[in-house]
Amino acid sequence: MNDMRPLERIVDTDNIKISAKGCQVYYGETHAIKDVDVQIEDNTVTAFIGPSGCGKSTFLRCLNRMNDTIDICRVEGEILLDGENIYDKKVDPVQLRAKVGMVFQKPNPFPKSIYDNIAYGPRIHGLAKSKADLDVIVEKSLRRGAIWDEVKDRLDKPGTGLSGGQQQRLCIARAVATEPEVLLMDEPCSALDPIATSQVEELIDELRTQYSVVIVTHSMQQAARVSQKTAFFHLGNLVEFGETGQIFTNPTDPRTESYISGRIG
Amino acid sequence: MADATANAHKRHGSLTQVDPRTRRRNAAEARFKAYGLAAIALGIFFLVVLAFSIIRSGVPAFTTTVVSLEMNVSPAEIDQAESGMLKTAAYTKLFIAQLGSQMQEQGIGGEVDPEAIGRILGKVGNDLRAFYQANPDAVGEPVDFTVNASSRVDGYFKGRVTREGLVDSRFLVATDLDVVDQLTEAGIITRQFDWGFLLGKDAGVDNPGGAGIGASVLGSFFMMLVVLVLSLPIGVAASIYLEEFAPKNRFTDIIEVNISNLAAVPSIVFGILGLAVFIQFASLPQSAPLVGGLVLTLMTLPTIIISTRASLKAVPPSIRDAALGVGASKMQAVFHHVLPLAAPGILTGTIIGLAQALGETAPLLLIGMVGFVAREFPTGFWDGFVEPNSAMPAQIYTWAARSDVAFYEKAWGGIIVLLVFLLIMNAIAIVLRRRFERRW
Repeated sequence: MNDMRPLERIVDTDNIKISAKGCQVYYGETHAIKDVDVQIEDNTVTAFIGPSGCGKSTFLRCLNRMNDTIDICRVEGEILLDGENIYDKKVDPVQLRAKVGMVFQKPNPFPKSIYDNIAYGPRIHGLAKSKADLDVIVEKSLRRGAIWDEVKDRLDKPGTGLSGGQQQRLCIARAVATEPEVLLMDEPCSALDPIATSQVEELIDELRTQYSVVIVTHSMQQAARVSQKTAFFHLGNLVEFGETGQIFTNPTDPRTESYISGRIG
Repeated sequence: MADATANAHKRHGSLTQVDPRTRRRNAAEARFKAYGLAAIALGIFFLVVLAFSIIRSGVPAFTTTVVSLEMNVSPAEIDQAESGMLKTAAYTKLFIAQLGSQMQEQGIGGEVDPEAIGRILGKVGNDLRAFYQANPDAVGEPVDFTVNASSRVDGYFKGRVTREGLVDSRFLVATDLDVVDQLTEAGIITRQFDWGFLLGKDAGVDNPGGAGIGASVLGSFFMMLVVLVLSLPIGVAASIYLEEFAPKNRFTDIIEVNISNLAAVPSIVFGILGLAVFIQFASLPQSAPLVGGLVLTLMTLPTIIISTRASLKAVPPSIRDAALGVGASKMQAVFHHVLPLAAPGILTGTIIGLAQALGETAPLLLIGMVGFVAREFPTGFWDGFVEPNSAMPAQIYTWAARSDVAFYEKAWGGIIVLLVFLLIMNAIAIVLRRRFERRW
């Protein structure tokens, strides 16, 4: 990043993309996320790990305000994206989600053609002026999703007719088609077989060059393979956050060590 | 110790022998299947009986007995008929006179008895007069007329009236049937398909032969247009709002419960509500298909809302997440992705609601859409909404309540017409569902 804005450079010396300060999430009476502070860097893969129900997915969904769709969910504290609080009243979640794309646990292509799956986002955001523009975006996105060669001859075929791994890469391509700056991935490989998983993991590593990637995963091996930073959540708390290598080899918190060595979770 | 281990491996008996418990369970399952089969067989049996009796009783309504005659009326005769008080009766007399002279030429019925001929004929005067008023040029020219025989003569051909069971009355005496037989042999009385029943309008209580269901089919058509145009957009919009946008709180809970309750409100309640609100308060015209459509819209809305909400609910939430995830607004997510997937269910629910409304009778009676109102065809498309008319089920009800047995037959025929329309609507529902159901 060659950011010359002086004020931000003082604050974001380490190229911080997202910064959460005292983030609390409540589901009705349940306190699901307790006082989480985390800083997510640009051009980095950050992994959220932790046992089931620890709040890692909930926190991920806070980052693009997908929790807004749940009536009883309430978020407190600050989450800054490029220094702007995304929970500010002036922020429209629709604009935010164009900037912060998301890939879900289960591949969920639209029941439309492969082309329309990719073209939908650019269309609603007005990114393409003509059909030719749109064709370029679709091809570029499918290439970035590492699926172009497999589907280039059948762009008009339904996206739901692809295999699970192809569908997930299609969803990733769909997410990058709107030119987001951050890509959130909620256990993107949990429904995939090992071969498809390794394809998606390679893809994540490539995406790092252009986006800030946040991935929630149950597999510690996956976190170790793809991420540079790792955050360990437990019972709604952010227990430890640091370099992936350090978390896996030399955790400072005993709970992290227990989880990584398989004693809890 | 060794025994215990051996027993542990032999806790169950041989697989080739069925133990008593398994046998009982299998027997229970077989009994349950038998009950189910019996229930279905009983249902099919009743359906067949119903269909058979409807067709047997209703099909005769589609044929009618007619008297054919070539008439030649002079201008003087017309003037004389028009100058009297009972004009249609004078035309009937003209017809009887000409038929009588033709019978005499062919040697039918011996001495001509105008009263006997009058008993054989249906209500012909009105039709004759209407014809000559519409075609003044035909006066003095030979014209072929085909007019209805009386309902009792019609009944004689359909087996409703028999020689043995006939009680001499001013409507028909036993000797008339001999004349009828001779006229039939001469080819003057014939049976033919009754287009008048399908295309005509209701007739007076003394003229079952002239009654048709056409006008009330149009009444039903205009009502269904009103119901479709109002209930589909309102119902779908309400369901989308309640299902996708409304906050879940006490207020929406109350609305939800009340919509379900409305679906169970007896239709006559909607009828009296329509009478009070649309006719007495809003001063809309009585007996108008517009008002009938409004009342049926109220009745159909809960059905449409319930089925639309069910089909919106059935769309997987992952599709909504996917759309929101790429930055679609909530409305875009609903209209671009959820609604197309829910469309088959919405269409099915709508058509079922319309079919229900098509067969509804009670509320129509309360707002004045009774059968005898359907005496005239609407004069134009827009007039069709406000001019007094009836609807198919109300027409059938009115016919069934009339004293002349011939009307009872018409009621059965009307039911066949109504059922054909319902079957067509259900077929459309199936075709539309097949076409839109692309779950890729």
